[in-house]
Amino acid sequence: MTEKKKINIYIYSRYERFWHWFQAATIFTLLITGFEVNGAISLFGFKKAVSIHNFTGITWLTAFAFFVFWVFTTGEWKQYIPTTKKMFEVIKYYAYGIFRGQSHPVPKRKEAKHNPLQRLTYLSLAAILLPVQMLTGFLYWGYNSWEEWGISWLGLGFVAVLHTMCAFAILSFIIVHLYMTTTGHTLTSHTKAMITGWEEVEEDEMIEDWEKKAA
Amino acid sequence: MKLFKYRFFACKVFVFIVFLSFLHVSAAFTTVLDETAPGLTMARQATHSAKLWITSDHSKHEILQQEFTSGPEVTKACLYCHSEAASQFHKTIHWTWLDPNVDKKEMIGKGGYSVNNFCINLISNEPRCTSCHAGYGWKDQTFDFTDQSKVDCLVCHEQTGTYKKFPTGAGNPVTEPTVFKENGKEYLPPEWNKVAQSVGRPTRKNCGTCHFSGGGGDGVKHGDMDSSLMKPNKALDVHMGEDGQNFDCVRCHTTVLHNIAGRTYSTPAATSRKSLIEDDLTSKITCESCHSSSPHKSHSKMNDHTDKVACQSCHIPEYARVNPTKMWWDWSTAGRKKDGKPYEEKGEHGKAEYSSKKGSFVWEKNVKPEYFWYNGSIYSLTARDTIDPSKIVQVNRPLGSPDDVNSRISPFKVHKGKQPYDKENKTLLIPHLFGKKESGAYWADFDWKKSLASGMEKAALPFSGEFDFVETTYVFPTTHMVAPRENALSCNECHTNNNSRLANLGGFYMPGRDKSNLVNTGGWTLAALSFIGVILHGFIRIFTKSKPKKEK
Repeated sequence: MTEKKKINIYIYSRYERFWHWFQAATIFTLLITGFEVNGAISLFGFKKAVSIHNFTGITWLTAFAFFVFWVFTTGEWKQYIPTTKKMFEVIKYYAYGIFRGQSHPVPKRKEAKHNPLQRLTYLSLAAILLPVQMLTGFLYWGYNSWEEWGISWLGLGFVAVLHTMCAFAILSFIIVHLYMTTTGHTLTSHTKAMITGWEEVEEDEMIEDWEKKAA
Repeated sequence: MKLFKYRFFACKVFVFIVFLSFLHVSAAFTTVLDETAPGLTMARQATHSAKLWITSDHSKHEILQQEFTSGPEVTKACLYCHSEAASQFHKTIHWTWLDPNVDKKEMIGKGGYSVNNFCINLISNEPRCTSCHAGYGWKDQTFDFTDQSKVDCLVCHEQTGTYKKFPTGAGNPVTEPTVFKENGKEYLPPEWNKVAQSVGRPTRKNCGTCHFSGGGGDGVKHGDMDSSLMKPNKALDVHMGEDGQNFDCVRCHTTVLHNIAGRTYSTPAATSRKSLIEDDLTSKITCESCHSSSPHKSHSKMNDHTDKVACQSCHIPEYARVNPTKMWWDWSTAGRKKDGKPYEEKGEHGKAEYSSKKGSFVWEKNVKPEYFWYNGSIYSLTARDTIDPSKIVQVNRPLGSPDDVNSRISPFKVHKGKQPYDKENKTLLIPHLFGKKESGAYWADFDWKKSLASGMEKAALPFSGEFDFVETTYVFPTTHMVAPRENALSCNECHTNNNSRLANLGGFYMPGRDKSNLVNTGGWTLAALSFIGVILHGFIRIFTKSKPKKEK
């Protein structure tokens, strides 16, 4: 196998990196306190867990609204357009190629930060799972205003259980996500990229048009 | 370039928004700390000018200087000035011992057919029970409820503390010094003039004399009311504590035309939950009257609970905190004798554990209440209602449900026991307990069949002659002995799936207590599978030696 030449490219802007780690901290806080409210663990005590959870949740909701604004004003939303092109190759790579030391079929570029699998995952996450989680969380938080909002027909149990289901889905995502960070050129190269913004990629990989961000 | 500008701008806006939201929340937190609870301010306004404006010294009234020899004579003197007092009083529950808001024919109340699982019913036992009646001489069913002179003004209004009715005297004090065998105390005839001239607004002692010893002894019935409330400290009762607000009963149990705000049977004690700020003539009987429906600091989650949880639920963590209260009364074991004589055995609290007259008891201290949805009404069985003896019979029970906007989760003492019932008619039976030998009274003859036959005959109710004992429960709302706020329950006394105080209260979802086992099991399985999946994937990577190449 011939070694390809590596180059460093700047992929993640300062805001993206901040947003990533901010979300990471938020999600971990919410998972831990959320599972305490759910009754699975006891760490802070119910009262404190609830107030940390509420505070973090509302902060995240505010920040997420801004993220949506950012994604659309910067055109970064295009990074999330799902595609089936090369999807099969990516699946084959993670199921087989990675064990053979093959290169990733869709290397990262500033214009195409996500491979087809990531696009699908992050789109589901950002467009479905997280919004549903935020909506159910917001409703749960606003339980005492349900009558005012005209939604007293809604059951708290239903909302709470849906919120818990999404939390487990997020937990599962986190586990896989954390593992996937070790699949870069080195065990830590993806993590490093998310801290510094610079990622090492192979130089001569062809970048297809669809992978580029439209000008 | 254009893109960069946007992003830079966006970044700034974002930082600003996050900063603002943090600022807002932290501001909310700091104001919480400085603010005084709005309810506390209202409560102070409602109670601050507690001085009584008394304009009469009864010792100066000529009519009270005459030589009295009996209660009714004193009452007539009272009525000379307070001309409407007796006719007003005749309409109150203190006189009728019947629920005033239910058709009299229903006989709901302790003066009627309502039963409990203590001494069960008044009928046939009047002389013993009516020593707590604010009247003279209710010794049997011939008592004249229209006689104004039979009203006992003194028991509620005298302030010498010397006025005592004889426990078996049907509401009459003694005419000569008499020793009551059961407690060995000597009862003296009242100094009528002295007590008559002492009258004033009822104090704790006036109310407590009867209400602290309901069921014939200190703390027998309520659990949240006993002689420890005569001189409580703040820790026992934050309102009545002598080192605190030092409230008398009538501070909250306000009165209109001798009708005292408080418990009735099927009618709620208060129909509206108004605060004095909303209506300055509102009765003070509810917590909300003084504390409003948002008594905690603003932004406090506790304020969100007041629509579903009664204040008492968190603020009375335990009842009977000083004196023990009776929790179990088994009539079926009564009648055993030692050397042919009735006897009594004391238990760990210095209270009777067994009495030949009454059966077996369990007394407890520092009892955690049981919790029910409660709309202020209590349904009570009468001796005419049929029961299902195959189950534990609820002699009375709180009414309410999670769907009822007027219901709140409220604490109760539940008194359990065994009492006689008619095996054929399936009704609870009224025993004739107090009376002379050969009268059928159980406490004289120790014969259940005779006692029950006599009791039911006096009540004019059928008795088949076939009886047995059935297990029953009887509830008391727990509303006194409000602890200081630092002793109120913490959230996880209820919001936990491990031994929650509300573990048995169904029909609603409660965070911390409830979860879907299916979702939780499924969720943890998914997480575990994800974990196993990535571990396997990682192992295969290691074994196929395709570890990421070392950086140069």
